[in-house]
Amino acid sequence: MGLHRGSGTDITGQIRLDGEDLVSATPERVRQLRGLKMAMIFQDPLTALHPYYTVGTQIGEAYRVHNHVSKQVARKRAIDLLGRVGIPQPSVRVDDFPHQFSGGMRQRAMIAMALSCDPELLIADEPTTALDVTVQAQILDLIVDLQSEFGSAVIIITHDLGVVAEVADDVLVMYAGREAEKGSADDVFRRPGHPYAWGLLGSMPRLDAARVDRLRPIRGTPPSLINVPSGCPFHPRCSYPSRVGGDRCTTEVPVPREIGPGHQVACHLTLSSQREIWAELAKAAAPAEAAPADTAPADTADTAETAETAPAQTAARTAAQSATPGEPGQDVTEVEAP
Amino acid sequence: MITFIIRRLIMTIFLLVVVSIITFAIFFLIPRLAGQNSYELAAQYVGRNPTRSAILQMEAKLNLTAPLVVQYWHFLVGIVAGTHYNSGTSITYCAPPCFGYSFRSQQPVWPQMMAALPVTASLALGAAVLWLVGGVAIGVLSALRRGSIFDRLSMGAALAGVSLPIFFTGLIALELFSYKWQLFPNVQWVPLTTNPLLWARNLVLPWITLAITYAALYARLTRAGMLETMNEDFIRTARAKGLRERTVVVRHGLRAALTPILTIFGMDLGLLIGGAVLTEVTFSLPGLGQFTILAIQNQDFPEIMGVVMLAAFFIVVANMLVDMLYAVVDPRVRLSLWRCSRSATCACSSVPTTAWSRRWTGCRSTWSAAARWASSASPAPARA
Repeated sequence: MGLHRGSGTDITGQIRLDGEDLVSATPERVRQLRGLKMAMIFQDPLTALHPYYTVGTQIGEAYRVHNHVSKQVARKRAIDLLGRVGIPQPSVRVDDFPHQFSGGMRQRAMIAMALSCDPELLIADEPTTALDVTVQAQILDLIVDLQSEFGSAVIIITHDLGVVAEVADDVLVMYAGREAEKGSADDVFRRPGHPYAWGLLGSMPRLDAARVDRLRPIRGTPPSLINVPSGCPFHPRCSYPSRVGGDRCTTEVPVPREIGPGHQVACHLTLSSQREIWAELAKAAAPAEAAPADTAPADTADTAETAETAPAQTAARTAAQSATPGEPGQDVTEVEAP
Repeated sequence: MITFIIRRLIMTIFLLVVVSIITFAIFFLIPRLAGQNSYELAAQYVGRNPTRSAILQMEAKLNLTAPLVVQYWHFLVGIVAGTHYNSGTSITYCAPPCFGYSFRSQQPVWPQMMAALPVTASLALGAAVLWLVGGVAIGVLSALRRGSIFDRLSMGAALAGVSLPIFFTGLIALELFSYKWQLFPNVQWVPLTTNPLLWARNLVLPWITLAITYAALYARLTRAGMLETMNEDFIRTARAKGLRERTVVVRHGLRAALTPILTIFGMDLGLLIGGAVLTEVTFSLPGLGQFTILAIQNQDFPEIMGVVMLAAFFIVVANMLVDMLYAVVDPRVRLSLWRCSRSATCACSSVPTTAWSRRWTGCRSTWSAAARWASSASPAPARA
């Protein structure tokens, strides 16, 4: 969205919104698109709202930038939007300040702000991290409902696999700024092919599995993005370079490879060994078979948080409906180069 | 809100009473504790070559033999309602607010101070406009172009501005602009009512000289504040809405960065109106600062007491106004104030957690606020 800090960043590749490339577009053009065609919901709704302006003013402002209307019209729009996102008594609460809202309400207000101009793309950056579980569920429901109502494409950036399973149609697993695996939610959860995806799924506590004393985290710590490991960025933490053979994992960056319809994996493992390993892992985690705690390698004293705080995030791309009917979901890829 | 204003007013009056007690104690209690008796004190009021009868008359007239508490009471009553001085032979009336008669001129202190006040007020207000506009503008620009040549130059200049004393910059300004180039010749006080043009023209140099010191400080403060605010999440949100960069900077960035600056501005202005000593002396302006210096040089007790009380009054009032202004500017403070007016106890929990704001919002201390916050079962309002 062009919101990165100016200097020190270098963005290469292509970001296309509705066919228009944003990387090569002028900053002024990108500014015009921001809020109008693409909007964003941020992680922490408390700090992301201006403390000195009323919620209504802030929502109305987003509407007024792109639609040159009077304050009264913008206010009506803000009240309308607050009602749509489920704030009770919107005509009263519109004059409240952010600090008078609860966390969930603030996030609803953020969503209202993002939706004020009916954007075609909505990016939600960990929209539920600052909220407690019940409110999380409400906010996710709201996003899903509004998606069908407004017809926006939604990108949710999250490390919470529960959220992914709940809302995502398509999933893009990213590690160290690169694609690790891409596919439908069903593919990624049932037939994952990348060791990182295995690790993520393996480190999740499961209701249906026998209780183990320790969660099984991914070995090691997330790499520094300034100094990304050579070759496959995941290789220092991966358990399977030996099955690839040679030093391809440390020297060669794996290219995403189609392993099924719309299912891509960026790994040097052959398809058959991927299937084999996943079958073993799935068997090990299967219900009733108590996995002994000591199977966890001794050097992984870290908790599952290691996996959760990994910078490589699971990007779930929900592109079921696009803004204009009859047009497939916009092709949007975010390329970061540290 | 009204409860808050009334509370602040009462607080202000209380503070002024405390100031008067301290001032009174310095000039009457401490000399007495040091062994001076009322006769010797009266001798100081009479002036040079006192005769015994004149001293005794003065002692009676000023009621110096009475207990200190009584004298203090007379002092207070004099300020509020005026005093009749009875020397035995004649009665002189000192109209309220009476701060007594000056030693040398034998004139009441209050009218003298009121004559000096417009000078200082003109000086301070004019300079305040200059330094606020200039300082904030420079600060914002340097923050936005952090590390640029402009930033380095202006921050270097700011450092110099803070460090250079007024009697240095002022004298150089006088030398260059007034004597050498004759741009502003013959700088002297002309009342605004007499000749507005000459008033402004003669004040240009003092304004600029005084403003430079403060502008430098404000530029640094604004720069620091802007650098901090422009990194806030809500600035990113403002950009994400697609606002123009100028709107983002002014309406979102500056709005948040200016709040603490406004607080300091009020205090500085209050302090200055009580007397801009250095500037007034440098430019020979007959303001309160000049008045103070002369009073101290002459050990003119009534004048010193009067000017101390007046300066304290301006500072306390500025403090009060800043408090109220803060409530207007920061809605989070407003909320806690409204809550204060609804319930007897002040809920300070929603006041932003900076020492400044806590201090200015009547929350007595961070500790008590913290204790109150901890004891309240639900810090968040139950409206969600």
